[in-house]
Amino acid sequence: MRPLTEAETRTLFEKLGRYIGENIQLLVDRPDGTYCFRLHRDRVYYLSEKLLKVATSIPRDNLVSLGTCFGKFTKSQKFRLSVMALDFLAPYAKYKVWVKPGSEQSFLYGNHVLKSGLGRITENTAQYQGVVVYSMADVPLGFGVAAKSTQECRKVDPMAIVVFRQADVGEYVRNEDTLT
Amino acid sequence: MAAVRVEEVLAAAEEQEAEKRRSVTVEKELELEFDLGNLLALDRNPPAAAGLRGAAPGREAKLRALARDNTQLLVAQLWELPAERAGGAGGPLVARLPEPAFLLPREKPPPRPRPPTRWEQFARLKGIRRRKRTSLVWDEEAKEWRRRWGYRRAGGDPARAWLAEVPEGADPEEDQFARLRREKRERVARNELNRLRNLARAHRAGTAVPAAPLHPTGHQSREELSHVARVARVSTASLGRFQPRLPREPAETLSRNAGKKRRFEPLLGNLAAERSRQLELLRDMGSKKPVLNITRAVNKQLRQEEAEAAAAKGKKQSQRGKRGRRQ
Repeated sequence: MRPLTEAETRTLFEKLGRYIGENIQLLVDRPDGTYCFRLHRDRVYYLSEKLLKVATSIPRDNLVSLGTCFGKFTKSQKFRLSVMALDFLAPYAKYKVWVKPGSEQSFLYGNHVLKSGLGRITENTAQYQGVVVYSMADVPLGFGVAAKSTQECRKVDPMAIVVFRQADVGEYVRNEDTLT
Repeated sequence: MAAVRVEEVLAAAEEQEAEKRRSVTVEKELELEFDLGNLLALDRNPPAAAGLRGAAPGREAKLRALARDNTQLLVAQLWELPAERAGGAGGPLVARLPEPAFLLPREKPPPRPRPPTRWEQFARLKGIRRRKRTSLVWDEEAKEWRRRWGYRRAGGDPARAWLAEVPEGADPEEDQFARLRREKRERVARNELNRLRNLARAHRAGTAVPAAPLHPTGHQSREELSHVARVARVSTASLGRFQPRLPREPAETLSRNAGKKRRFEPLLGNLAAERSRQLELLRDMGSKKPVLNITRAVNKQLRQEEAEAAAAKGKKQSQRGKRGRRQ
């Protein structure tokens, strides 16, 4: 377990910034306590200082997970955001996509969002912008990348993909064994 | 009296000026011969022999004056050479010297020829001469010209040879593949040993050994080369701070423990400082983003136009509808 280096922090913030923009400040600087990022076996964990102090007493080999895992660094130092960060992305998301009840299940099974399943989308979403996917009842379902800008979404045909799914809540069931 | 003093001062100043002007011009009976490539000036004027004898008084001064005059002439010649500014507009003025005409003798003795290697001695004894070999060989199976050795050689990759015949008179239980591998290893080792012996012999005989490679074996691993490159980069007067990077060299290097252990911040170190550092990093990242995003501006414009078009269409339709119903 160790703190992140400058380069790693930069990569992490760039990735998070794609979804929540400058609201990362609210994650770093919280009024209700000191929270920090720590790296353990290539995975980034977000935890409070209290929890960190307790976690230092566990030996490295026995430590599986601590706090919330935001994602992992790949071998080539790219950062992969995982679904467990959704709880922290959802309240601060800048660009949101609402999915119709009919295609919620399809999304949770791991498919992309098609135009036919698109309920609402935030105005002036750019193409390839990071978006957070909600159900019509404002329950966060996952996040992804907008395949088309809002303009194009209006014109495109119903079978076209509008959001590339990157992580969804269904992964908790599908990848139960591999999530840390 | 003040006037007299002023006169004296003026006379002294004028004499100084004349002295300066005199010092630049030198009178000689015979012209000097110049070899500017070697910065050489040959003075064939016969010197005043009596004044320069060993015990003559004022000898030092006379010699110095002679040297000064000749140097003056040499420098005057140098000023007549084509000059340019080195290093761009603000650099120093530099003269381009011509090729040296005077051949200077060697400083050190010429290198001795290296002693012949054992093979060379044997070949000379037997009268074996080197025959030139073609670099490509015709490969029957592949039906094309392949290298004699190396990558994609004719005759296939020896490492993938799947058949090794047991030669007559060999132990049937012996592993032929292992034998081939062992023999190759032995051959390579013997070759290397002989090469080093030749080098040692040449070194002992006092001849110039061919420029020693970075590592005596001649095989430089990637890590070794990068380590040496790193050392070379730092071996400048400013410890590599202003050294331009090679095309594919990575930009960042570890500051203190380059090549040794990686060092990280302490796990439970000052969390407030960590937080402030991260906030500053965020601020830096935020400030770099361009304020005007072209695609977004274009999209906004398109949206406005669409909204206008939709509004106009709506008005037209409603008008048309009313007209129809009025009938």
